[in-house]
Amino acid sequence: MALELQNITKKVGGVTHIKPTNLVLESGHFNVLLGETGAGKTSLIKLMAGLDPIADGQLLMDGEDVTGQSTQKRNISLVHQFFVNYPHMTVFENIASPLKVTGMAKSEIEGRVEEAANILQLKPMLNRKPHELSGGQQQRCALARAIAKQSKAVFLDEPLANLDYKLREELREQLPELFAGRGAIVVYATSEPEEALLLGGKTALMQDGQVAQFGPTADIYRTPNSLMAAGIFSDPPINMAEFTKTGRMAHMGRNISWELSDERAGLKDGVYKLAIRPHHVLPYKTDAASVPIVGKVLVTELSGSESSAHFEADMANWVSLARGIHPYQVGENHQFFMDPNQCFIFALDGAPVGGDHHG
Amino acid sequence: MKTENQKAWFFVLPVLILVAFNALIPMMTVVNYSVQETFGDNLFFWEGLTWFENLLRSERFHAALGRQFLFTFLILIIEVPLGIAIAMSMPRKGIWVPFCLVIMALPMLIPWNVVGAMWNIFTLPDIGLMGYFLNHVLGISYDMTQNVFAAWVTIIIMDVWHWTSLVVLLSYAGLVSIPEAYYQAAKIDGASNFAVFRFIQLPKMKNVLTIAILLRFIDSFNIYTEPFVLTGGGPGNSTTLLSIDLVKIALGQFDLGPAAAMSLIYFAITLLVSWLFYTLMTKDDVRS
Repeated sequence: MALELQNITKKVGGVTHIKPTNLVLESGHFNVLLGETGAGKTSLIKLMAGLDPIADGQLLMDGEDVTGQSTQKRNISLVHQFFVNYPHMTVFENIASPLKVTGMAKSEIEGRVEEAANILQLKPMLNRKPHELSGGQQQRCALARAIAKQSKAVFLDEPLANLDYKLREELREQLPELFAGRGAIVVYATSEPEEALLLGGKTALMQDGQVAQFGPTADIYRTPNSLMAAGIFSDPPINMAEFTKTGRMAHMGRNISWELSDERAGLKDGVYKLAIRPHHVLPYKTDAASVPIVGKVLVTELSGSESSAHFEADMANWVSLARGIHPYQVGENHQFFMDPNQCFIFALDGAPVGGDHHG
Repeated sequence: MKTENQKAWFFVLPVLILVAFNALIPMMTVVNYSVQETFGDNLFFWEGLTWFENLLRSERFHAALGRQFLFTFLILIIEVPLGIAIAMSMPRKGIWVPFCLVIMALPMLIPWNVVGAMWNIFTLPDIGLMGYFLNHVLGISYDMTQNVFAAWVTIIIMDVWHWTSLVVLLSYAGLVSIPEAYYQAAKIDGASNFAVFRFIQLPKMKNVLTIAILLRFIDSFNIYTEPFVLTGGGPGNSTTLLSIDLVKIALGQFDLGPAAAMSLIYFAITLLVSWLFYTLMTKDDVRS
């Protein structure tokens, strides 16, 4: 099964909110929409669910055009960031609600509710009302509704964002299992790059109402095809800097330079942008080719097992994220090392450079 | 260690004094009158429960009470569904919202006796806009000073005009507090418009509707000014509601004892019905 977006556009009062988008979302794996708040993930989901009108383009479900079809007629489910259950109905009635509407036989409804409740461990709570449940249970109830419905497409719009850390991890682990083998197209919106990596499948990187890149999650993490894509798929934010290439050498600022790999040495001479994730800028040398950067430490953060440092070098701000505890002195110069093999290189406008797919 | 003293009572004292003066003392005065007979000159004679017994057997009281219940029932059965319907058809965002809210609030801002006078003039058969139109343009004989049915129709329309807004505004407040996500969830469930109303809007409006119905019950059950100005209780006694009858007994006939007894029974009925209604409506919430 597949949900196909062909040049889907959304406009509100003449302003384009979603730029023409082309995606093929298939069943069998998670389709993650990754982007910051306001990137257009929810807007895109609403378009796919038919909750907002599509200004232009076509939406195909299994090859059938459903662009103008009403939401009620589409066989879909949606789980929101905040827990939406009917407050005056019991958990059982909540899970059964989309089935009752279809006029399904009572025994079949009961069977399906029971199955969904089993998977989500809601069996003992079937007779309770939503406000008698914890946040995690309420969200599991909303998920159970989506599962019991056995719809063709399931949209999960940051379903774990409002849960506390522990529950989030637990449920995140269970999610791929829940939908495995059910044949539904699962679309999962999140603002956390880590979540996209954990859920696997395919990821669409979104920013400013457009998809920057779409493909198997691991691939696009390793080879972002634009500065925008690299920026979206990095947490903490990716380091960006300009450098000048002359011959085999790259020069950054006044006193940082290194020799480019054979592949990159073939690029035309000129000014380029490099992007490197914070965990490849470290306070120690990892490789013979590592490029030393001396910078003034501005801010440091310790988070148990990781140390991060924001530092300034040659007028640019950098972030380093290293395992272990590293004693940085704020306001003092410190030496960091950048692994040039882990850099992404883009043209000045952020576009890919010819033939470069380096990791 | 916990220190115990009785100083906290001083904090309660102002409220106690306030309640005593604005509720307890006037109320006990009425109780005092209700068990005695007076002819003025500060002369009182003990009567016991005579006035209560007489009143409960009085045809006149039964008739007024019946009219009162009929009036309240009719206006509730019109105002509540109408108010919900209007609230549901009002826009929930955009530039028309404040405009609609102001229009809705207007009737409630008009002083009650002005409302009575307005409708009195409005329905006069010879010069009133509505009265003239009905009689001379449509040819329907309409005169609320002569015809019982016309008088009832008029006081009910007047009340609906005056007070439906309250139900509208409260229902509207309930409706706008429903997050968009519920409507979306219902759409995705494939629910019909009726199901959305029945299973989302109505339950979410339940609390404000309980308050609206309660307020409308109490207000309409105690209504005096508007029908007094509009029909004065007539024609005959056909629109003599409880409070109008009460004033007639107390001030017209100066029967202070029976009037006091009637006030207490009146008050007890209002209290009882309100309590029953409120208990029934909130029964589920308490249990869960």
